Amino acid sequence: MGFINALLSLLNALPGAVAQGIIWGIMAIGVYVTYKILDIADLTVDGSICTGACVCTMLVTNGVSVWIAMPAAILAGMLTGLLTGVFHTVLGIPAILSGILTQLMLWSINLKILGSKSNQGLSARTYNVAITQLERYKAIIILLVFVAALIGLLYWFFGTELGCSIRATGCNLNMSHAQGINTNFTKILGLVISNGIVAFSGALLCQYQGFADINMGRGAIVIGLAAVIIGEALFGKFTHNFAVKLLCVIGGGIIYYIVYQTVIWIGLDTDLLKMLSALVVAIFLAVPTLKAKLSSNRKKNGGN
Amino acid sequence: MLQLENLSKTFNAGTVNAKLALNDLSLTLNNGDFVTIIGGNGAGKSTMLNAIAGAWKPDSGRIIIDGEDITNIPEHKRAKFLGRVFQDPMMGTASNMWVEENLAIARRRGQKHTLRWAITSAERNEYRELLKPLGLGLEDRLTTKMGLLSGGQRQAITLLMATMGKPKLLLLDEHTAALDPKTAATVLGLTDKLISEGGLTALMVTHNMKDAIAHGNRLIMMNAGKIIFDVSGEAKKKLTVEDLLSHFAAASGTEFASDRALLG
Repeated sequence: MGFINALLSLLNALPGAVAQGIIWGIMAIGVYVTYKILDIADLTVDGSICTGACVCTMLVTNGVSVWIAMPAAILAGMLTGLLTGVFHTVLGIPAILSGILTQLMLWSINLKILGSKSNQGLSARTYNVAITQLERYKAIIILLVFVAALIGLLYWFFGTELGCSIRATGCNLNMSHAQGINTNFTKILGLVISNGIVAFSGALLCQYQGFADINMGRGAIVIGLAAVIIGEALFGKFTHNFAVKLLCVIGGGIIYYIVYQTVIWIGLDTDLLKMLSALVVAIFLAVPTLKAKLSSNRKKNGGN
Repeated sequence: MLQLENLSKTFNAGTVNAKLALNDLSLTLNNGDFVTIIGGNGAGKSTMLNAIAGAWKPDSGRIIIDGEDITNIPEHKRAKFLGRVFQDPMMGTASNMWVEENLAIARRRGQKHTLRWAITSAERNEYRELLKPLGLGLEDRLTTKMGLLSGGQRQAITLLMATMGKPKLLLLDEHTAALDPKTAATVLGLTDKLISEGGLTALMVTHNMKDAIAHGNRLIMMNAGKIIFDVSGEAKKKLTVEDLLSHFAAASGTEFASDRALLG
């Protein structure tokens, strides 16, 4: 009986895992824009997801409609991307360091947005929010609508002249310069879009969990990368279509959170989860290098 | 149409690695000139092309195209005047993007990137017609990723991209050096064709003296950041590799230090 009860508790946790997975999957789409399309590892996201949550939470708790608070959160996230972009392109600071600088600045800014508190409640019982963990199935449906709209929008945008110039920038700087693309501009634009999406996921997350917390973005980049990598590893072989690829990222986020819930269910010390996430990402990122080493060793040994 | 006036550039100035790459270099091109450029390693050939393309600002001197001083115009804004092909076939195209997407980006060189769809269906037919004469079967592979094509195929497409929209000046930086001899000959043939059909003005750096003699209407030889020999018209047609070597020895006081140039 004990086992069945435990299993039921896992099954009971799954809708929540799916909802959280979709929210982090949206965040991971933001990471996808910088990491995969622009070829920049942008660490701003650890801060900008929290910025999105803080802005949304504070606006809603001060009586602003959530449907205005969410666009405001997106706008705030875009500004954080703009800051990183300016650090990187105008001031010539390496991309990773630019992201770290913005991220650190955002820790202070987010605290100030929260009114110098480390967290702020956003209970669905008190405030009108779009999604809440009190109604998980409804939340999942609303989130899926958001996902469809976001993927549709990105599919359109990256098919336009402007979107293509961002893709070219991430793929080949020499070619982009030769073809008259202002790569400083396209890099900034990519960072702005990415962090807008990430802040959007933060705005969704604070509504879903019912609070914003100054530490909620810690390690976000790793979760985002994990979702991108899992999605690619599991579903990537089946598609070259950009929209489906983005959908795979959402799938990666969901699987990440289902595994997360399962690991908790098994009884693993939750303190270790961030370490495990980082290790999983490290292993996946190492695969191409390890593969290359393996095959060159084989060649050395006269094998195939 | 192109004037380089007293261009100088020192890399790593003020350090032990300081290198005077361009030394008070001046050059005037006429409309329709197809100039081949030879010279040993470090002579300043690529540096001159990069100066024109705007990879960095020269320390002194001016670059003028059709009367417009472009010395201080950033690289991406000069691109509308220029078509560029690099030595590395991977450099000129975006490998993650389709053939037609690459062509569409080149077609819009120098224009504003708007929120219009990147490729129209009318363009697709245009690209097919453009690719057909290459005889590489690329007209049926518009939605193939560039990265899946061979170096020769990519370089041929880069050439098409560079000559789209009739640039005022075509810059070819050893664009056949990384290709096998047969492919190199094909790409060179295509180069000749595109330049003559389009009536383009071009600068072509090559390491191959025979190619430098066989192509174009004018030849310049560089050494130590200067032009040491400049020949055109009938005199150029009569040149031999031996002539070039003796000119080089006379002008520079040293032997021509590139085996590639002799063996090529």
